[in-house]
Amino acid sequence: MAAYNVNGNDIEHDEEGYITDVSQWNMDLAQIIADAEGLDMTDEHWAVVNFLREYYNEYQIAPAVRVLVKAIKKQFGPEKGSNKYLYELFPYGPAKQACKVAGLPKPTGCV
Amino acid sequence: MTEVVFEIEGVKKVITFLNRKAPYGTIYALEVLESVLITAAFEQHANIVFVDDGVYQIKKGQDTAALEMKNFLPTYGIIEMEKEDADEDEDMDMNWRIIVEKESMEARGLTADDFKIDVEVLSSAELAEVLETSDAVIGG
Amino acid sequence: MLHTVNKSPFERNSLDSCLRLAKKGSAILLMEDGVYAAVTGTTATDKMASAAKGNSVYVLGPDMSARGLAEDQLIDGIKVVDYEGFVDLVADNDGVTPWL
Repeated sequence: MAAYNVNGNDIEHDEEGYITDVSQWNMDLAQIIADAEGLDMTDEHWAVVNFLREYYNEYQIAPAVRVLVKAIKKQFGPEKGSNKYLYELFPYGPAKQACKVAGLPKPTGCV
Repeated sequence: MTEVVFEIEGVKKVITFLNRKAPYGTIYALEVLESVLITAAFEQHANIVFVDDGVYQIKKGQDTAALEMKNFLPTYGIIEMEKEDADEDEDMDMNWRIIVEKESMEARGLTADDFKIDVEVLSSAELAEVLETSDAVIGG
Repeated sequence: MLHTVNKSPFERNSLDSCLRLAKKGSAILLMEDGVYAAVTGTTATDKMASAAKGNSVYVLGPDMSARGLAEDQLIDGIKVVDYEGFVDLVADNDGVTPWL
């Protein structure tokens, strides 16, 4: 199985780049995945990634996009609390691309 | 290919989810849970009801590690979170109730303290009224 | 509200829970293995007979025939419906509660 190399350690990922063991995630890894995705990580990007990780730790699944939008709205204000803004941050979709950077499994649903 | 368009704007129903099966032994509990989470996305009113062995779904202390199955008890926390969020947000017209039938709970030697999430404990007669006044009931 | 019961009363508690939680006056349809509750001479007969006094109870004919149950064995007050009757029940009632 293919792997990301992070500070000399191999962290396995599937054929689409999602890591296979959530617990192996760290911020250096997130930066490597983000680079591979062509993302320039801003505070807002990190806020999304951190929210996804906290939510997953608590509930064991990724949040619905509307929950994510609401959380970002709370933290950064109404002008950033939209689906459109999340797509500006993560052009391939807040669910799929942000989950990949956050080390979560690939989302199966669409809500 | 025909495009399917769902007209949901302004549609508001009371949907009752009737959980009657224990977790892990069958797929019912997980399937109903996923349906509940989808209902939140459409901001519908919902009663999430636990009856019969369904009350075991939210019993504290589940550990599935040795089964090599995902423990989805933490995921029920989303129901509680969504309910509280809807209760606090004045812009949201979404009324959720999390209900356990008293008779089912007591028959299994459980009290409300045994559950992972906050629940309303209703008698059979009170629950019968909730079912009767639902627009749709999803069984499981 | 139409309540449907599709499990045998001797194997599952679906019927008991339905009878406990269906409001008086609502409709109950016994189908699939649920039809075993519709006949006389069983340990489920008494509770079903008393339910038939407070509720409109129906049984799906094709499921009875498939299991060799005859109409002359039916508990008093239970009415047989065919598939069209099933559709009418769903259409005439405000919602369906399935007891699986």
